[in-house]
Amino acid sequence: MENLQKLIRYYFNYSVMKDALPFLLKGAVLTIKFSVIAEFFGVIFGLILAIMKISKIKVFKYPSIAYIEFFRGTPLLMQIMFAYYALPYIGINLSGFFAGLLALSLNSAAYIAEIFRAGIESIERGQIEASRSLGMNFFKTMRYIVLPQAFRRVTPPLTNDFIILLKDSSLLSVIAVVELLRAAKEIATWKVNPSTYTAAAFIYLLITLPLSQLVHYLERRYKIVD
Amino acid sequence: MIKVVNLHKKFGNLHVLKGINLKLKKSEVLVIIGPSGSGKSTFLRCLNLLEETTSGEIFIEGIEITKPGVNINKIRQKVGIVFQSFNLFPHLTALGNVSLAPKKVLKMSKKNATDLGKKMLGKVGLSDKIDSFPAQLSGGQKQRVAIARALAMNPDIMLFDEVTSALDPELIKGVLDIMKSLALGGMTMIVVTHEMGFAREAGDRMIFMDDGIIMEENTLEEMFKNPQNPRTKEFLEAIL
Repeated sequence: MENLQKLIRYYFNYSVMKDALPFLLKGAVLTIKFSVIAEFFGVIFGLILAIMKISKIKVFKYPSIAYIEFFRGTPLLMQIMFAYYALPYIGINLSGFFAGLLALSLNSAAYIAEIFRAGIESIERGQIEASRSLGMNFFKTMRYIVLPQAFRRVTPPLTNDFIILLKDSSLLSVIAVVELLRAAKEIATWKVNPSTYTAAAFIYLLITLPLSQLVHYLERRYKIVD
Repeated sequence: MIKVVNLHKKFGNLHVLKGINLKLKKSEVLVIIGPSGSGKSTFLRCLNLLEETTSGEIFIEGIEITKPGVNINKIRQKVGIVFQSFNLFPHLTALGNVSLAPKKVLKMSKKNATDLGKKMLGKVGLSDKIDSFPAQLSGGQKQRVAIARALAMNPDIMLFDEVTSALDPELIKGVLDIMKSLALGGMTMIVVTHEMGFAREAGDRMIFMDDGIIMEENTLEEMFKNPQNPRTKEFLEAIL
């Protein structure tokens, strides 16, 4: 009984949560900002990487493979710290905001590239043959036949990836970016009460729940169209 | 119109076409028959370079299309193909399917391409389906859209690769009727099919392919009446 009371006092303390809310919401806005911008650049860069990887031309294919393997195979936390602490030594001084954005974008590009590649390769060969036999060249075939169909198929996994990205952005707390987790941490330290973490977790959930519903909705809808 | 000289095609160690020689005049309708695995489809696909040839030459309207560095996209505009599996673009309406290439390849204006698309869909009896998506069409309707799509590029030659094989029996006639009227209209056609009724009515010449070569070539009448090769005879007896 005593333990339960302690649990409630330290982790579900309503008045601490309430006081922290405005500060946490500020952090949440920053978290969303980071995630949306990183996803945006990730999609553009990821699409380029995907097309490079499926190309038969070696100078495109191999750099793309190397890039994807590197960014998927090393911890995001290290990439973030490298961008913030190591880049200044080669003259690239980025604020926490931009260093974090850079690492997050480059990292998500690698994952998004693989999603796009799978989406593009899932388009039946017959589609490409039909398009090419009408005299459409490689780029027109990509632009009008393959990509429109691939985009549809990758929307659910892309949304999924965005949810992961949004939660991973909490790693930016290590380079003094006051996003949602860092905001929770600062108040927890100040108030000597970690209930703010619980509040932050709820806020993450509130942001991601509609997104995962969106994934379900899209999956159902495309099943009907296909 | 078409001349094929000693055409070979290998897939790795698999020798699929072992020296095909063929001539086809304008407006001629050639029917190809043969057991599965005989190389009929591969041969057809070589004619618009969907398959890269291993050796030999193909001339279309006097131009050697097998020469390296030839503009493949230009050639493909002139050689229409219809596939067994339709291969309609599922994200586009029937009209979108038909008018896309005229717009993007022939650089037609949107209005002209739309008019052409409607005309072509009318030609295959689908004026009421222009806004339907492929998923909303029957197999026979899909195949008719695919024919209209190929015709919209105003090709010199049309290739048909077992276009009725995936269709329910009651839907086959509609597709064959369109092909017949195309043949009567003077289109040069190469048709891989086992629809002997259609072959008899629309075909000028027939070849029997087996094991990567042309076993026998003749007019339809002669081929049916007295096939020379025992394999041809056997095959015809099996499918008639």
